[in-house]
Amino acid sequence: MINQSIDGFLHPNVSKWVDQIFVYTKHWLLTWLTAAPGWIIQTVSSLINIFALLGVFLTLFALMSVLERKILGRIQNRYGPNRVGPFGLLQPVADGIKMLIKEDIVPARADKLVHFMAPILIAAAAILALGVIPYGRNMTPFTIDGGILFFFAVGSTTELAVFMAGWGSNNKFSMLGAMRAIAQMISYELPLIITVLPVVMVVGSLTPDRIVAAQAEYTFGFVPRWFVFTPWGTTAFILFFVSGLVESNRTPFDVPEGESEIVAGHMTEYSGFKYATFFMAEYIGMFAITGLAATLFLGGWHSPVSALEFVPSYVWFFAKLSALLFVYIWLRGTLPRTRIDQIMNFAWKFILPMSFTCVIAAAVWHYAGRGLRGWLWSLVVIAIVYTALSMLLDTQRKFAPRVYRFAE
Amino acid sequence: MTPTLQLFLVISAALFSIGLLAALSRRHAIFILIGIEMMLAAANLNFVAFWRFGPQTQPPIGVMIAIFSIAIAAAEAAVGLALVIAVYRHYRTTNVDHLNQLKG
Amino acid sequence: MSSAAVVIIAILTLAAALAAATLQKLMHATLSFAVALVGVAGLFFLLGAEFVGLVLVFVYIGAVAVLIVFTILLTRRDVGKERAANWGGAFLAVAVFGGLTWAILKTQSVAVVAPHIRLVTVKRIGEALMTSYVWPLQCVGLLLTAALIGALVLVMEEKP
Repeated sequence: MINQSIDGFLHPNVSKWVDQIFVYTKHWLLTWLTAAPGWIIQTVSSLINIFALLGVFLTLFALMSVLERKILGRIQNRYGPNRVGPFGLLQPVADGIKMLIKEDIVPARADKLVHFMAPILIAAAAILALGVIPYGRNMTPFTIDGGILFFFAVGSTTELAVFMAGWGSNNKFSMLGAMRAIAQMISYELPLIITVLPVVMVVGSLTPDRIVAAQAEYTFGFVPRWFVFTPWGTTAFILFFVSGLVESNRTPFDVPEGESEIVAGHMTEYSGFKYATFFMAEYIGMFAITGLAATLFLGGWHSPVSALEFVPSYVWFFAKLSALLFVYIWLRGTLPRTRIDQIMNFAWKFILPMSFTCVIAAAVWHYAGRGLRGWLWSLVVIAIVYTALSMLLDTQRKFAPRVYRFAE
Repeated sequence: MTPTLQLFLVISAALFSIGLLAALSRRHAIFILIGIEMMLAAANLNFVAFWRFGPQTQPPIGVMIAIFSIAIAAAEAAVGLALVIAVYRHYRTTNVDHLNQLKG
Repeated sequence: MSSAAVVIIAILTLAAALAAATLQKLMHATLSFAVALVGVAGLFFLLGAEFVGLVLVFVYIGAVAVLIVFTILLTRRDVGKERAANWGGAFLAVAVFGGLTWAILKTQSVAVVAPHIRLVTVKRIGEALMTSYVWPLQCVGLLLTAALIGALVLVMEEKP
């Protein structure tokens, strides 16, 4: 009855039209070119997609850089930046002007070409990864058959670019920071991919569009069939989220950028616009990983309640993206930095076995029927392995009560 | 103009001979490895080109061979680089001209 | 697929490969090798084998190039200079290229254009891997495990 009343209030065509407004705009723009040969139409269509993507995400990057500082400030019981513009929201403009007019210093014995290409390559890899995520109904910029594989392949070139940044600066701190960053990224790339594997297995396709379409209906009429509501999905989502935190070098895993330890790691010798490019690449990498997490586990652009389906799909997607980004910022303001050997131990001894368990639990869920029985059996599998790992990893020794020794 | 199979075969022959050049004319052991990897990539290109232009079988044979070949090339690169590191630790050089203890 | 796209990507690939084979500085040569591999992946995309192209980028650039770079760092006396290519190797490479191209251009049966094919989706590759090619898959898994254990044993330092 609620559905009918809302649909009567907003004519169903209105909600569909608002939902597809960007798709219709693009089709209208392309009608100016019906006389051109096929490859020009394709190129222009791709260019429209790319410019729309860049416009949205660069604005989001600018907004997030100031919102992050304000939220961190509130967590630390102070205002964030609030001088420039209303509530400080024009701060990115001031930051941009500052970055652009800074002198671009390159170390004298640095490798000029490698030093120059490293930030470009990192930013390019991050932006490429944004291209395969579905942002709304019919709103995927580029549909590739192996979309998830493309995402991870492009993400793996980030490591080479980080190394180029560290080596090209001809600086021991940079090299050390680059080595740490690469070790961290390589260790967590494997859990990142294996936690995606249960979702791909259950859906049977690597295309993000199909994965979103497989989370479409509602069980019992009001619980959405998102993968995060299954036991293997919850575990996989948490592990994917943590691995994404590490891959983006965010606190509590920001050893590569540890300001008090190694100056700025692989970004030490970069000033002005190149530093801003690194910064932008890190944030866009964060957007890409949270976008993928929303696509794979949180149902993409579907709404959580079937009564609210008149809200456009891209609004839901960006709402989920914002919620995940808020958790990222919250974690940054709350947790201290972990040591590099703690990070490695965590990856290889805990996250990797748990992610393999998720694969097995997803298979158990599928073969025990996808209903209540499958849910309970997969929960049993995950609980057994988690308990075994907790007992085996012997954390008692490391977390013994502190003994204080005072000088006598 | 549509490309023929000959174009792809010539490209892969060129890549193969450049890999051969790298493997034959360099002194540093890692470069020889890079040359070998290039030759393997050229052979993969050959396989996929022949698959694309030939009769289509139900399991796409050229693609499968290329996938396995890439996996094996990665394993071989890992072992080769481990060998280079082990040799360097012992002889303190990576110049293959100096690794002539078994000569004569 | 058009000839223009193939030729452009091929020129990029071959130029990067030539740079990788002849550059003096090790790091630059490795990075141009990575660019050449991106070019080869582009050629795979044009040939319609997208999965192979993605696996190539993933495995070669994400793993092999990083391994090579780490090894260069671990084994340097003075990173940088190398002597120029010697002429015997260059002559042999040109001779091999000449011979292969002559054989290719002489063979009439390979002067064909691309037939229309069914798209190779990841689903087809997955089905093939699990049905017809399951034995090679397990063998490659075993081979990779053995290779990695062997590589670790080779570089592990004995505990004093």
